[in-house]
Amino acid sequence: MDIIITGLITGSMLALLAISFSLIFGVARIVNIAHTAFYMVASYCIYSLSAKGGLNPVAGMLIAVGGVTILGLLAYRFLIDPIREHEAAVLIATIALAMIFQEGVMLIYTGDYRTVSPLIEGFFVVAGVKVFYQQVLTFAVVLVILALLWLLLMKTKLGLAVRSTAEDREVANLMGMNESRLAMITMGLAVALAGFTGAVIAPLAVLSPFMWMEPLIMMMAVVVLGGLGSIKGSFVAAYILGFTEALVVFLIPKGAFLKGSVALSIMILVLLLRPEGLFGISFEEER
Amino acid sequence: MKRLNVLRVVLLASLLIIVMGFPAWARTIKIGVIGPMNFVQGKGHWNGAIMAAEEINAKGGVQVGSEKMKIELVKADSNEFLNVTDATNAMERLMTQDKVDFVVGGFRTEAVLPMQDIAMDYKKIFIGCGAATKSLCDRVAENYGRYKYWFRGTPFNDHYLVRTSFSHLALAGAAIKSELKIPVKCAIVAEKATWTEGMVKAAEATIPKMGFELVGVWRPSPVATDVTAELSAIQKSGANLIFTIFSSSVGITFARQAGELKIPAFQVGINVEAQKDGFWEATKGMGNYVFTMNTYARGVEANELTRPFVDGYIKRFGEVPTYTADTYSAILHSLVPAIEAVKSLDADKLVAFMENREYLSPSGKVKLEKDAQGRPTHDLTWGPGYLTSLGVQWQDGKLVAVWPNKWKAAPTAPEVTYKGMVPIKLPPWMKK
Repeated sequence: MDIIITGLITGSMLALLAISFSLIFGVARIVNIAHTAFYMVASYCIYSLSAKGGLNPVAGMLIAVGGVTILGLLAYRFLIDPIREHEAAVLIATIALAMIFQEGVMLIYTGDYRTVSPLIEGFFVVAGVKVFYQQVLTFAVVLVILALLWLLLMKTKLGLAVRSTAEDREVANLMGMNESRLAMITMGLAVALAGFTGAVIAPLAVLSPFMWMEPLIMMMAVVVLGGLGSIKGSFVAAYILGFTEALVVFLIPKGAFLKGSVALSIMILVLLLRPEGLFGISFEEER
Repeated sequence: MKRLNVLRVVLLASLLIIVMGFPAWARTIKIGVIGPMNFVQGKGHWNGAIMAAEEINAKGGVQVGSEKMKIELVKADSNEFLNVTDATNAMERLMTQDKVDFVVGGFRTEAVLPMQDIAMDYKKIFIGCGAATKSLCDRVAENYGRYKYWFRGTPFNDHYLVRTSFSHLALAGAAIKSELKIPVKCAIVAEKATWTEGMVKAAEATIPKMGFELVGVWRPSPVATDVTAELSAIQKSGANLIFTIFSSSVGITFARQAGELKIPAFQVGINVEAQKDGFWEATKGMGNYVFTMNTYARGVEANELTRPFVDGYIKRFGEVPTYTADTYSAILHSLVPAIEAVKSLDADKLVAFMENREYLSPSGKVKLEKDAQGRPTHDLTWGPGYLTSLGVQWQDGKLVAVWPNKWKAAPTAPEVTYKGMVPIKLPPWMKK
């Protein structure tokens, strides 16, 4: 039961980050290394607004998500869009962006660890396992956001445009969809999702300027395992790796620090057997 | 015309003499302070050094033979939490660009080991004020010619850290047995880092000999952001005592989540984050009853130097000094008296003097050890009458000292109680 609950919680957090990352990669072919850095910035915004500014936590979170989304759009417009055709340059530029965010946060807040109060304090017991209310809230929010995302992608014109562009950029362009504008909207959506992740994870985490690095690696592992650009794949892979981490901690207590390494090893194993990932499409030069 | 030329030559010569002599007038003793300056550990390094330098310079400086020289501090950010290469670069800069005379500081063993090598390459005295690994001083004994310029300033080495921790565990175990009337089941939770390896091994061997049942060992990442899985497993194991060995953010995460989940176990050990005034806020009050080793606490005196230093530090910086602020003692009580005694900045002469000294520092009496073969290690002596550190506990928002309180290192050893001790408290949810 411990493993199930821990796996679900960890998997949910990874799913939210990975799906938003997959979205922007699927549509605009942008490998946004700064993705988890946006989540870090959102967490610090929430800290500033609620813990320091005394604002209502929910209001603080909404403002933080909005602010980070605007930041993401500006970053896209002025940094990523001009070099979008050069994927290697985008990769390096987003690494640089992440480092800038990190150093900026370090200058303002120093490296001292910060925490944010949970939205709901306390815990309850299920099958002998203690679970934080905040963890359940996180899980519920993830499911709601995923449901909303599904509705957006499946039931709206915008969603149709996003899916079409993800499938074949050039044909979508020929059909009259403004691929560049869609990429920008998707970037905004992806960064907003990263911001939401910061909002729900911040009360559970310890904030530091380097907190974006660890989830980045796991998020990339999830995305690659699930198949680059596949949202369904990211969802499934997130829970696979989340459960893997939980298994490691419970079955190998002395090796709890290895949970990330074991999860990555599983990713490598799957890729050896299926290089495109669980739900990915084999890469072609033109799609 | 001829007279004018002679005048010009005389003026030029005078100017030359003045310029050449100028460095001698403005000559200072340059001390590099190296540490992770964006973190509280590095800030402690710098703040302690500043206090020492200001105190010395206010009295006119250091008497070096017939010359009075002021202390000039050079700040170097090692960034060692993130990148060891940054630390070594910072040390190289201190050596080659800043050309410091001495270095104090360092924190993470992984960074201090290469930094030590660099300082030894340049034969500069380096007083370590943060890393506990014993091997840093073993190097001095094994290769004295090269490593003799290294001295440990703080803390005492990991072998003594774990011995002190066992004393703390004994205190906590006795409280559990007497108040709860149950056998002690101990879990070890140690972050996965170089400095904890030896301590974990020693703990695994010793805890059963203390009459406690060892129920498991957990090794989370030093920067783990969620330890609920570990806490669930620990609770399932029936542990009522958790021996913690943390130096990084996992100390906050663990304390907070254990407090929130009301895990019925007493956390005792080393939790560097719990040594800081900001711990209460960081855990949102959930770190209540966490017990950790510390060097300083409000209102506690190891000797007559303790309160002036601690109170002065609190007045100046608004918080209790962490152990890394012992750069204060490294400069004021170790380096400067040595320089004044040998009347020189010569590293070899200073080493010969420093390694045989006994002196008082705010945390206790300092005496440097020799190993079993009689070789100098430049390591700190631990025990009653020397350095023991403190055991502190968070009790309702206050960090109070609970050890040494009628403590005996051995049955025949003298009892030690520092001024300002209060009784230990078990978490009330353990009593349900």
